Amino acid sequence: MLITFNGGFPVICSFLVSMARFSNRLLGVSDHRTKGRASVKYMLLIMGFREGEGMPKPPSSGAPSAEEFMAYQQELGQAGVLVDSGLLHSFEDATQVQVNDAGERLVTNGPFAESREYLGGYQIIDVPDLDAALDWAARCPGAKYGRVEVRPLAEF
Amino acid sequence: MGPAGEPIEAVFREERGRLLALLAARFGDLDLAEEVTAEALLAAVETWPRSGVPREPLAWLATTARRKAIDRIRRDATLATKLATLHADADPARRAEPVPEHEHIPDDRLQLMFACCHPALDLDTQTGLTLRYLAGLSTAEIAQAFLVPPATMAQRLTRGKRKIQQSRIPFRVPGPDELEGRLGLVLHVVYLIFTEGYAATGHHDLVRCDLVDEAIRLARILHRLMPGEPRVTGLLALMLLTDARRPARVDGHGIAVSLEDQDRGLWDTSMIDEGARLTTHALRHHPPNSWSVQAAIAAVHDEAPSAQETDWRQVRLLYDELFALTPTPVVALNRAIAISWHEGPQAGLDHLEALAGEPGLTRQHHWHAARGHTLARLGRHTAAAKAYRRASELAQTPAEIAYLSSRAEKNTTPG
Repeated sequence: MLITFNGGFPVICSFLVSMARFSNRLLGVSDHRTKGRASVKYMLLIMGFREGEGMPKPPSSGAPSAEEFMAYQQELGQAGVLVDSGLLHSFEDATQVQVNDAGERLVTNGPFAESREYLGGYQIIDVPDLDAALDWAARCPGAKYGRVEVRPLAEF
Repeated sequence: MGPAGEPIEAVFREERGRLLALLAARFGDLDLAEEVTAEALLAAVETWPRSGVPREPLAWLATTARRKAIDRIRRDATLATKLATLHADADPARRAEPVPEHEHIPDDRLQLMFACCHPALDLDTQTGLTLRYLAGLSTAEIAQAFLVPPATMAQRLTRGKRKIQQSRIPFRVPGPDELEGRLGLVLHVVYLIFTEGYAATGHHDLVRCDLVDEAIRLARILHRLMPGEPRVTGLLALMLLTDARRPARVDGHGIAVSLEDQDRGLWDTSMIDEGARLTTHALRHHPPNSWSVQAAIAAVHDEAPSAQETDWRQVRLLYDELFALTPTPVVALNRAIAISWHEGPQAGLDHLEALAGEPGLTRQHHWHAARGHTLARLGRHTAAAKAYRRASELAQTPAEIAYLSSRAEKNTTPG
């Protein structure tokens, strides 16, 4: 399988990691903010598509700009819905770990060879319902250049 | 509603759907809503014969079901977190209040319909949930109607319910900016239920015929709750005008009868009248929508005393309009048939041949049947027989296969 590096997406992602953490602190966002309110936490998983033969095609080619991501991050913060967020370094820097029945550790370099997509980052938002979560997902820059998967967080 | 002495069962069908919708919207949990609805109805069966049917049966049932839901939530620790959404009802003082006699009970079925037809659910699940919770069909009935094993349908409904609850799909009518698309999904599901039942009329299968009635019933609910929405009016009109022909669609031997050969005396005139009236209402809105235009086409057919006396020019113009709104191969096929009657069989055939490259059409019997019919009218019987034979191979229902085979036969016989 041909794996080529997809533009600037991961680079921008890594650049924004510190930005995201910083803005969370700046805006006073915390996990306990919404306790007692009827709302659900959703994780928005920002998925990028790996390039090559037979790979899915993103809605738009290219990569989101740092400005787009920062503006989005700021909107989430100002709306008071952001619980946490993180952006990941390039999937090419990934390391895989598996443990077999004998308890032996198997460590391999790189992304999982079979996967067609990679996780570029995530946002955890606290909103009243799925429609609100979908609205936020649709505004995420990642939705234009890949897809955004919306998953409710399980509560235990 | 429900004067004393009326059988309790008569009240329940309509009330059950409304109760379920009310409770689902309130608690966001279809399982809970279903359970307490059943309990409230049971309580009514036990109480009403002794105490008489209450003046406001629905208010009585709603209050009873709500109390049962709150009791259940209090008993069940895993449901306790939901109390957050129930501030008012959880108040013990309020719970002790007597059942209000004239409480206004909102009709939340529209909200429930939008939740069941949410785009986060797949189409099969949307259809299943709508039939289960809005039409009130049992899981076994739905499974039978869609020809899947009951276990498969049960699993589909369970997954759908779980997704609604865990993803918190809202029980809400979408706002104006979203309504256009979301209503489209609801109407699509209702029409799918209709066509699923309608296509199977030849099976003489009562359950599947029920799907037609259920779809019309669902459209009536939608129409009552959204009286000014022309797409809903158009869909209801279309289904009434189509179903009005049901008694004439299949002959005594179970063979399908084409529109031009149907005994129009068997058509249901009251359904045609109602459908035509609704079509007029729907078409007052501009621009027209595809449901209203389809209803208008059905109305032109239904009001014609015979196939020959049909206003084919009107039908053709309406198909032009429909094709402009929804340029699909199926609409193009129907437009070609209309042209064959308006301009003549050769013009119709030319339009049909132009669609020969549409695999979606050539894999189904309708295109081949239309070609066979047009070729027969042109006197090209050998080619017609061949087209009819291909159509009969592709047809699904026994009634249609019988009809198309007989047409193939007729065109093979010399003279």
